[in-house]
Amino acid sequence: MLCFKGKGVYGAISIGVVSLLNKTEEIIPRFSVENVENELRRVDKARMSAISQLDEIYKKALTEVGETGAQIFEIHKMMLEDEDYCEAIENTIKIQRVNAEYAVSIASDSFSSMFEGMDDSYMQARASDVRDISLRLIDCLMDRKKNKGESGNNIVICATDLAPSETVTLDKNSICGFATSYGSVNSHTSILARNMNIPAVIGLGDNFITSVQNGDTIAINGYTGEVFINPDDNALKEINRLIEEDKNKKHLLETLRGKETITLDGKKIKLYANIGGVDNLGSVLYNDADGIGLFRSEFIYLESRDYPSENEQFAIYKRVLEAMSGKRVIIRTLDIGADKQVDYFDLKKEENPALGYRAIRICLDRPNVFKTQLRALFRASIYGNLSIMFPMIISPDEVRSALSICDEIKKELDSESIRYANDIEIGIMIETPASAVISDTLAPLVDFFSIGTNDLIQYTLACDRQNPLLEKFADTHHEAVLRLIKYTADCAHAHGKWVGICGELASDTSLTERFLRMGIDELSVSPTFVLPIRKVIRETDLSKKEATK
Amino acid sequence: MINFSYTIKDKLGIHARPAGMLAKVAKVYKSNIYIEKGEKRALATKIIAIMGMGIHYGDTVTITVDGEDENDASEAIKNFMKENL
Repeated sequence: MLCFKGKGVYGAISIGVVSLLNKTEEIIPRFSVENVENELRRVDKARMSAISQLDEIYKKALTEVGETGAQIFEIHKMMLEDEDYCEAIENTIKIQRVNAEYAVSIASDSFSSMFEGMDDSYMQARASDVRDISLRLIDCLMDRKKNKGESGNNIVICATDLAPSETVTLDKNSICGFATSYGSVNSHTSILARNMNIPAVIGLGDNFITSVQNGDTIAINGYTGEVFINPDDNALKEINRLIEEDKNKKHLLETLRGKETITLDGKKIKLYANIGGVDNLGSVLYNDADGIGLFRSEFIYLESRDYPSENEQFAIYKRVLEAMSGKRVIIRTLDIGADKQVDYFDLKKEENPALGYRAIRICLDRPNVFKTQLRALFRASIYGNLSIMFPMIISPDEVRSALSICDEIKKELDSESIRYANDIEIGIMIETPASAVISDTLAPLVDFFSIGTNDLIQYTLACDRQNPLLEKFADTHHEAVLRLIKYTADCAHAHGKWVGICGELASDTSLTERFLRMGIDELSVSPTFVLPIRKVIRETDLSKKEATK
Repeated sequence: MINFSYTIKDKLGIHARPAGMLAKVAKVYKSNIYIEKGEKRALATKIIAIMGMGIHYGDTVTITVDGEDENDASEAIKNFMKENL
């Protein structure tokens, strides 16, 4: 038995059979050729088949990961056809009078080392794209079929790292885990594992990949990052016990699907989900959220090349509202700013983007942009239970201005005889210390508050959340933050309004009970946190004194 | 021959995707379109060379367009850069 330790990227455990991908860099044969013209023709032919393979992969990726994710294969195609790259291959063949495979491997080395020598990590990573396309070209030249490794069920893919084209071509139904020598939490492997809900352990080191063989039994623990190759009986027993435990835990959460979100003493809590686009709707429904507490509408703008039109937005909002069939959907109006760049907004570069020109500030300055979004929202409101909220509020005047623009929109729609719901709740985000401190003044103006803890923490503690050096200072449980939350809840309730939390803190189970005791009415979390939080809420008894921790 | 400069406003600089898109635009025209940054210079149609120039956010590049359709080509490149970079 061999043990390795890496970094787990998805919490799950499984046992399976090793299937090695690109284990060793195969040695590319080098030999002299008489007929140079023939070698050049072989390269052209191989390039054509490589490109048609990439077309197929592109199509597959489009359905699996969407356009943004698939674009890399378009780039691969263009790289294969790049003049300099083609010329390098041709020159090697002509000058050295060698075989095409060898010429491609030389070009691969020289272009990938060019990228590796660049000074930013993003460009350095492009070296793997050069190697990926070159290997594809060599495979086509040698008429090699990709070594598929083991097949069957319960396959654990083991590799040094996975190239994007490899992750797309894998047969997802037979895979139960990933283990790689390298990779980061943001690598393709990690993203794929999370999407597939299967364990992955990365960063196992060079020794790992040389120690495994196709067909070995392998156990991987995505919680601890442990990997066992050919585990002995004791280890196997322990792993099976852990798998059983994990299954029971997940099963327990399953039983909470369809159950009410209610405390032991009978207080109902609205447990909603945060989403960034229609892509997340499936996950919201699957995890049985009671509604959507935060729809980040800026993603519509970020994914667009130009201002999204009223009709484009209307179609998206309508779809979300219909999918939620009557459950509440809170859509946050555009929260774009200096760190979320959208070219067509033509925003100036700022010294302090977090303290900058963003969200409602831009919307009030550019009423046409704001009105387009509001018209789309109001028009969509008849298809479900819509609430609207404004981000980054610091003053009652901002709220009044936003509300008066809403009134204008209503008048416009009335005059055009276009219908909209007349019970749309309008709320604001409490994410600046200013808005929390004057929440008593703001509460009468709106229907609800939603506390955005990520920004509230950053602004209260003066810790830029993009700066990793500050992570240790940005204590998310800081008393100042918790007091602002409590005060906001009190002010909302004093005016008969409800209050929710939609930031990361909402999914922090160590705070759930404390929030409930503050009287928080709604929690909005990532879809996957809905059931775990429901479990905590259903085990909380607010009639009893808080257990001292 | 037409010359103009442009300062990159995209946070990621000319990374893979825009380099690919730029090459696509450049291929439409007969003119030679060069991108220059400091001592480095490359044809806009060459995606690898453009990526290899390491053009970052805030860098100013000079674009030279030379050929029979240089007016149309430089307009197209200008618009492309404004919209995407």
